[in-house]
Amino acid sequence: MSASGSGLVVERLRVRFGGLTAVDDVSFAVREGEVLSLIGPNGAGKTSAFNAITGYIQPASGEIRYRGARLTGLRPNAIAALGVVRTFQKTSVFAGQTVHDNVAIGLHLRSRQRPLAILAGLPSVTREEARLARETAEILAFVGLKARRDAIAAALPYGELRLLEVAIALAAKPTLLLLDEPVSGMNPVETASFMRLLGEIRERGITVLLVEHDMRMVMGVSDRIVCLNQGHVIASGTPAEIRGHPEVIAAYLGTKYVHQG
Amino acid sequence: MKRALTAAWLLFLASIPLWLTDLYALHVLIMTGIFIIAAMSLNLLLGYTGQLSLGHVAFFGIGAYVSSLVSLGFEVHLLPDWAVRLAPKPVWLAMLCGIVLAGLSGWVIGRISFKVRGAYFVIVTVSFAEVVRLVALNWVELTQGPMALNNIPALRLGLPGVAELTFLRKSANYWLMFTIAVLCYVLIRRLVRSRAGRAMVALRENEALATSVGVDVTQYLVLATVVSAAMAGAAGVLYAHYVRIVDPDVFLFIYTVTMVIMVISGGKGTQAGPIVGGLIFGLLPEVLRAAAIKPEVQWVIYGVLMILIVYFLPEGIVPAVRHWWRGRVSTAAAP
Repeated sequence: MSASGSGLVVERLRVRFGGLTAVDDVSFAVREGEVLSLIGPNGAGKTSAFNAITGYIQPASGEIRYRGARLTGLRPNAIAALGVVRTFQKTSVFAGQTVHDNVAIGLHLRSRQRPLAILAGLPSVTREEARLARETAEILAFVGLKARRDAIAAALPYGELRLLEVAIALAAKPTLLLLDEPVSGMNPVETASFMRLLGEIRERGITVLLVEHDMRMVMGVSDRIVCLNQGHVIASGTPAEIRGHPEVIAAYLGTKYVHQG
Repeated sequence: MKRALTAAWLLFLASIPLWLTDLYALHVLIMTGIFIIAAMSLNLLLGYTGQLSLGHVAFFGIGAYVSSLVSLGFEVHLLPDWAVRLAPKPVWLAMLCGIVLAGLSGWVIGRISFKVRGAYFVIVTVSFAEVVRLVALNWVELTQGPMALNNIPALRLGLPGVAELTFLRKSANYWLMFTIAVLCYVLIRRLVRSRAGRAMVALRENEALATSVGVDVTQYLVLATVVSAAMAGAAGVLYAHYVRIVDPDVFLFIYTVTMVIMVISGGKGTQAGPIVGGLIFGLLPEVLRAAAIKPEVQWVIYGVLMILIVYFLPEGIVPAVRHWWRGRVSTAAAP
């Protein structure tokens, strides 16, 4: 797969909840190595699209492929095993566990211990546990939570909780990372440092699909943007194109933002 | 230091039959130990995966019945002219069968409840236990029903004629129970400190997030159920060949409740919890009886103590003590 090839392909995706069609005939592709943002007003179908891609809801029709493999119909854990890992819109961590253990759980896909080997207490398990501890430390250092290693997740301040979520997702070794409103509720300083982190994630060759309302962040980090409204794609293109797109302005950005930008 | 402390503890526990001359007290300890094994197994499910098996006694009873039947032999007529016959087998083999069959029934429960959580898991397990109890009560040809299985042989180990050890004495049964208990403890410890244990905790804490990082939660719930059921089965097996009589009352709901009380009061999700809870609620009735308190008052004290523990230490005794200890250490370190 070439660097500019399409990693994730979403084709004619349709998601229904009873009589409501949340996502209607949506197609887009995320190229390997890029940051693509999904924007749009609340209820536009961004999170529904996320849930369909990661297997948390079954689409009514349409197809989702990642690096040639069909994701539709797979369970979330099987999709994660293919390298497609998400975070959640509502803060979602293993609240009662330490920061270290949160990330260690995320490392699940990077370990190979079999139940019988565990029960037999084989040295290979001990060796692997030592490796996982090193990898946990490495990830915590990467997101900047090293000092919080032994804190209980529930006791973390909000900004650090959101970093922990990203750390857990990174632990699963994604090649495509889906972030659902990662900076919502963060202050500007935290948002700025999160943007730096996103840059570093990208340098590691991880493709990013982002859902976000913070337009400074979206315009700053995205290679391309897809704008949804009422379940439909109304525009897609570079940040500059989206910023000037009349339909996007009408449905979402508002005229005020254009003057500022 | 920590290792030396553990060794000293084990040595102390192992030495009890050598200096404890009161056979009744030893009997109480054996029964408590058997219940602690069952409580430890329940804790693996309730404490780590967060799923409450309110029919846990089923696995205990299955272990007890299977092991008894295999060691006694049986003949059942499934069809008018077709009988299944089993000659008595050596007790160690019967015990193994009991543990394996309990584990297998755990696998079945784990599989059929693969999408049910919380209250639904409770209902599946309760129903299962009740069905098994009714079978044990009514399939008289196999189980003798309420007449009970009698004269269950004790475990006999060694080469016949050369050296043989029969587990008839209380001390021998204590050591057998103790060995199995330590073995179960070690196995659970390995499990919960591994990838599998983390997956179980992940299921308890946040199932959606667990699946998002690739944890096949169902697989680990089944694993926990199998291991847990096999260990409860082991406790039942020990019970059967120690008490040497098994009736359908081993499936009574109150035994599951006792296990749950032990796990919750001691501290679910901690390894020491079921042991502490088991010691308290296993020995308490005997202590109260020895204090010559009227029976009805004994149970009132039992109940009140239980409520007090749950009310004041909702996390259980072990986490509370740990928390308190940590607080002490940190205030001592930072004056």
